Amino acid sequence: MRAPSISLPRVAAVTPIPRLTNRTRAWLACLSCITFLVMLFVAAALLGRSGLDIDFLHRKLAPSLAYPFGTDWLGRDMLTRTVLGLCRSLAIGLLAAGCSSVISIVLGIMAGTMGRRVDSVLSLLIDTVMATPHLVLLILVSFACGGGPQGIIIAVAVSHWPRLARIIRAELLQLRESEFIHLSRKLGKTPSWIALHHLLPHLLPQFMIGLILMFPHAILHAAGLTFLGFGLTPHEPSIGMLLSESMRHLSTGYWWLAILPGLSLVFTVKLFDILGNNLRTLLDPRTAQE
Amino acid sequence: MKTSAIIHSFWLQKVGRLMLTLALVATLAFTLVNLSPVDPVTAYLGMDRMQIGQEQEQLIVARWGLDKGPVERFFLWTGNALKGDLGRSMIFNEPVTEVIAKRFLTSLNLMACAWLLSGIFGFVLGVLSGLYKNSLLDRCIRLYAYTVASTPSFWMGMVLLAIFSVQLGITPISGAYPPGTTSADATMWQHLHHLLLPAATLSVIGIAQIALHTREKMIDAMNSNYALFAMAQGDSRFGVAVHQALRNIALPAITLQFASLGELFGGSVLAEQVFSYPGLGKATVDAGIRGDVPLLLGITLFSAIFVFGGNTVADLLYTKLDPRITNRSEPL
Repeated sequence: MRAPSISLPRVAAVTPIPRLTNRTRAWLACLSCITFLVMLFVAAALLGRSGLDIDFLHRKLAPSLAYPFGTDWLGRDMLTRTVLGLCRSLAIGLLAAGCSSVISIVLGIMAGTMGRRVDSVLSLLIDTVMATPHLVLLILVSFACGGGPQGIIIAVAVSHWPRLARIIRAELLQLRESEFIHLSRKLGKTPSWIALHHLLPHLLPQFMIGLILMFPHAILHAAGLTFLGFGLTPHEPSIGMLLSESMRHLSTGYWWLAILPGLSLVFTVKLFDILGNNLRTLLDPRTAQE
Repeated sequence: MKTSAIIHSFWLQKVGRLMLTLALVATLAFTLVNLSPVDPVTAYLGMDRMQIGQEQEQLIVARWGLDKGPVERFFLWTGNALKGDLGRSMIFNEPVTEVIAKRFLTSLNLMACAWLLSGIFGFVLGVLSGLYKNSLLDRCIRLYAYTVASTPSFWMGMVLLAIFSVQLGITPISGAYPPGTTSADATMWQHLHHLLLPAATLSVIGIAQIALHTREKMIDAMNSNYALFAMAQGDSRFGVAVHQALRNIALPAITLQFASLGELFGGSVLAEQVFSYPGLGKATVDAGIRGDVPLLLGITLFSAIFVFGGNTVADLLYTKLDPRITNRSEPL
């Protein structure tokens, strides 16, 4: 007896909105973040420095179509200053976070592989760095460097590494005791082979995510330090500098000098945050398959 | 007998730890300050540097002990610090300990207000957000918390200043009391009025962390077996939250709040700069910019004690308030 053929419901040929998987959505988010950041740097190159010229005919103008961010007390275009300042702040933050991540990977690997004594010395060092509030340490280090942009970069670099170093150390200690490493060693693989084939694939994602999630902190702390008056000179606009200058004009009602540059900083920092969290979704083995 | 021994060893351990931390922080801070290319004499005199002669400069150098080597100076400084003398602040021309004590009391008002506000509001928002997971309310709270996490606190202060002080004119622009009066003259109401915006700035930012943390804990608690059992007995979701979940999530939230004193201190430095609030944070910035080394070192040590105190209270609360840890027979 033949079973009656079952008529399957037709799948609609064209779905109005394609259903995206979590992975695709994460890729799209990352891509759009990166596109925006690249666009920011391209815009900075295209705008040039012409907007920075002093123009007393157009002083203290509120935001309009010609000047989307308004002009300041010297008639300089705030949009140009904001874009240039944002690039400068980002560059400083990225450089500082990069240096910091190098410190954390070197110290993390040292703590994780060189035995108990090195480990306890390094964890004492971590405790010392974390014993004072972040900002006090930042002020101390930038004072030690005598201010300037290099002072800010060094200050942010030497104060942000403990978190990532701890993550790398913990990951290494866990890996060293795991069975596949033991097995690999029993099979006669050299330590360098194990490091390359077993340790690196585990550490690299952790490191990348840690680095990208360090960016927002680094950028915000660099801007904060500049705002407090350590480092950059008024001739080199950065967001912190812009905001600390506009502090003096805030009480006379020129709100756009402070609100719009700050808002763009928040937006950019948030992009890095989104980028980091989406990359984590993509790279973390626990969520990568969803 | 046994519990008192445990308590004694706990305090001994804590005091020993504090001493070790302070020694390391002092060494680190002193090394950093000595690396600085800023010349203390120039920093002290500023433009008047040109007007003093060789002998006068020698006198200042000898007075401050700058003619001695860094190691010798370090031991002199630590010896005096152990006796409670941290030197004299250059910019305030007062003993460092007095400057810190006075300034800290002013900052304490601000930090305590911000700490309480952010703790209470953050906890309530976190509980609501976790209880109604994935609702519109939850999404709004999460969006707020994640956005605020990437907002610089000094900018938040400037926004509040532009809105409430400049546009609406309902709060003062700067200071801790009205200009022309002293701290002693100002009434309680005037103090509170000046405190309002800086405290709001710090709490608006501080809410995020505690709310997100409480939300996670709340979701865990509502998915737990005890919550399921209570609901099986007929309690409503809200009832379970009030009767069972709240007391389970309150402790980690309080602990977190105490452990975040370091961030509060850092935030107050920025907020005090925006509102020209004459507290310890403003003094830290002034000391750093104008090269007041004794004050900077003193504040560093003090902030380390402050952070350590917060962490110790967090530890203590955990052991005191959690019956599962209090009733453990073996020492911690």
